[in-house]
Amino acid sequence: MSVLIFAEAEKGTLKKVGFEVASYGRALADLRCEPLIAVTINTNNVDALAQYGVDQIVQIQDDSLDIFSAQRYAQVIAQVAQQKAAKLVVLSSTADGRYMAPLVSVILDAGYASNVVALPSATAPLEVKRSCFTNKAFSHTTLSGETNIIGLANNSFGLHEKPSQPVIETLELTLDPDPVQSTSVEKVTGKVAIADADIVVSGGRGLKGPENWHLIEDLAETLGAATACSKPVSDMGWRPHSEHVGQTGKPVASNLYIAIGVSGAIQHLAGINASKVKVVINNDPEAPFFKAADYGVVGDAFKVVPELTEKLKAFKSQTH
Amino acid sequence: MKVLVCISNVPDTTSKINFVEGDTRFDTNGVQFIINPNDEFGLTRAIWLQQQQQAEVTVLTVGDASCEPILRKCLAIGAQKALRIDTTATDGFAVAQEIAAHCKETSYDLIITGRESIDYNGGMVGGILTGLLGVGFVTNCISLEIENGTATLAREIDGGKENLTAQLPLVIGAQKGLVEEDDLIIPNMRGIMQARQKPLNVLAAQKNTPKSQVSKFEKPQPKGPVKLVAEDQLDELINLLHNEAKVI
Repeated sequence: MSVLIFAEAEKGTLKKVGFEVASYGRALADLRCEPLIAVTINTNNVDALAQYGVDQIVQIQDDSLDIFSAQRYAQVIAQVAQQKAAKLVVLSSTADGRYMAPLVSVILDAGYASNVVALPSATAPLEVKRSCFTNKAFSHTTLSGETNIIGLANNSFGLHEKPSQPVIETLELTLDPDPVQSTSVEKVTGKVAIADADIVVSGGRGLKGPENWHLIEDLAETLGAATACSKPVSDMGWRPHSEHVGQTGKPVASNLYIAIGVSGAIQHLAGINASKVKVVINNDPEAPFFKAADYGVVGDAFKVVPELTEKLKAFKSQTH
Repeated sequence: MKVLVCISNVPDTTSKINFVEGDTRFDTNGVQFIINPNDEFGLTRAIWLQQQQQAEVTVLTVGDASCEPILRKCLAIGAQKALRIDTTATDGFAVAQEIAAHCKETSYDLIITGRESIDYNGGMVGGILTGLLGVGFVTNCISLEIENGTATLAREIDGGKENLTAQLPLVIGAQKGLVEEDDLIIPNMRGIMQARQKPLNVLAAQKNTPKSQVSKFEKPQPKGPVKLVAEDQLDELINLLHNEAKVI
């Protein structure tokens, strides 16, 4: 028996989320006294997993998997789980991770819990804590499959180094075709993606119009942050829908979330609540966001934000 | 073209979330139930397929009789038929098994689910249904065109989008972007009257095997009060973020 993780890569390089899943997998394997096995697909720097306690790495090299396919990746993970007698599989909560997980669960006839935020409180039966009601609550859920899949919520466990000396093996698998074909991928270049961002700077209606978004962008650039917006802002077309965060938009689980001119509607707060530290800048001291935030500035965004950006630039040049 | 839209009955997005019976059950007292927003984006796209390409749109939910008002609303929006599979929705696996059993009897060209429900946030019914039916699947779907049995789609990925093609039959997980908020159809009086005449059939549940069970709910710990920093003391804010919160 073993614990299996899928360590996600982008263009051949492991993503940070791959190390977080490895860290979680290590702790889980320790709880169960089982080895931790990682499967990677077309990944060059698999050695980096040795920092996070992986005992064994199964490397899949297959040019036909260069382009992500949910059904084929799911087959890879399921076949490796079967070969390695893994009764617990840990996947990330990236767009691709959440796409694949239910497909893996059908192949393995496994139980699946998404949005898991902590190590299991019990292993037999397996009880996990997951977020639900869009971050307004948690549920303690018992998984009763013979095999079970945990979808780890992004940025919920963190990175925990634990050096190991993994055995690396290469495996060749036979995969069925995916009825869905990718034709092209369009990525926004030169910007930090909300899903990958440690810091997110978000703007609301208080910014008065799209022409003022340079305030958000300058602050975000200074912090190496992603930019986001509230629902009214995307509905009015000031910003693209891909930047809308909240209950019906993208979820945010960053380390720092800075909301500028966002009132803090319950749906917005639900979507960003998994962020660790929240800062609000708003001229209305009654804005609901002040109740949800850790730090707040009551003031005019048009004055506060440029000044904060300048001060942060000075701070960054001192500390680096 | 036959389109099935799977609908989840969820608490309104502004609902206060509370639990009763020793935190084992969601408190529905005073809660307004709505069509799960992700499902409603999918339903609207399906109605466009009906208007433009003569698709026949059926809506389905797995749940008890308390789910019927939202099915009536779907009929008022424009769906031709509604189905309710009469069982308590225990977990995503069981729900997907029930829908799959129906889809094996009555075949559909396109099955639409929401990318996730806003209550349990499982995000699993569409994918499990796909696996059980052995068809194609695209979730986080933000664009869908169908021509001669071929679908051209886009899905949202982290930091961009991916364009895809697939032959029908197909399952998609809908979200905002597939249609916009402004496109959502508010039922008019004629639609509401017509909905009363449209079929809402109740189907018996099959044998399903849930693989998870909620033992207890928990609300997040109440957080402490906000630390306010004066607008002329921004150095202090930077100091707090650096030394106290350690996030910059």
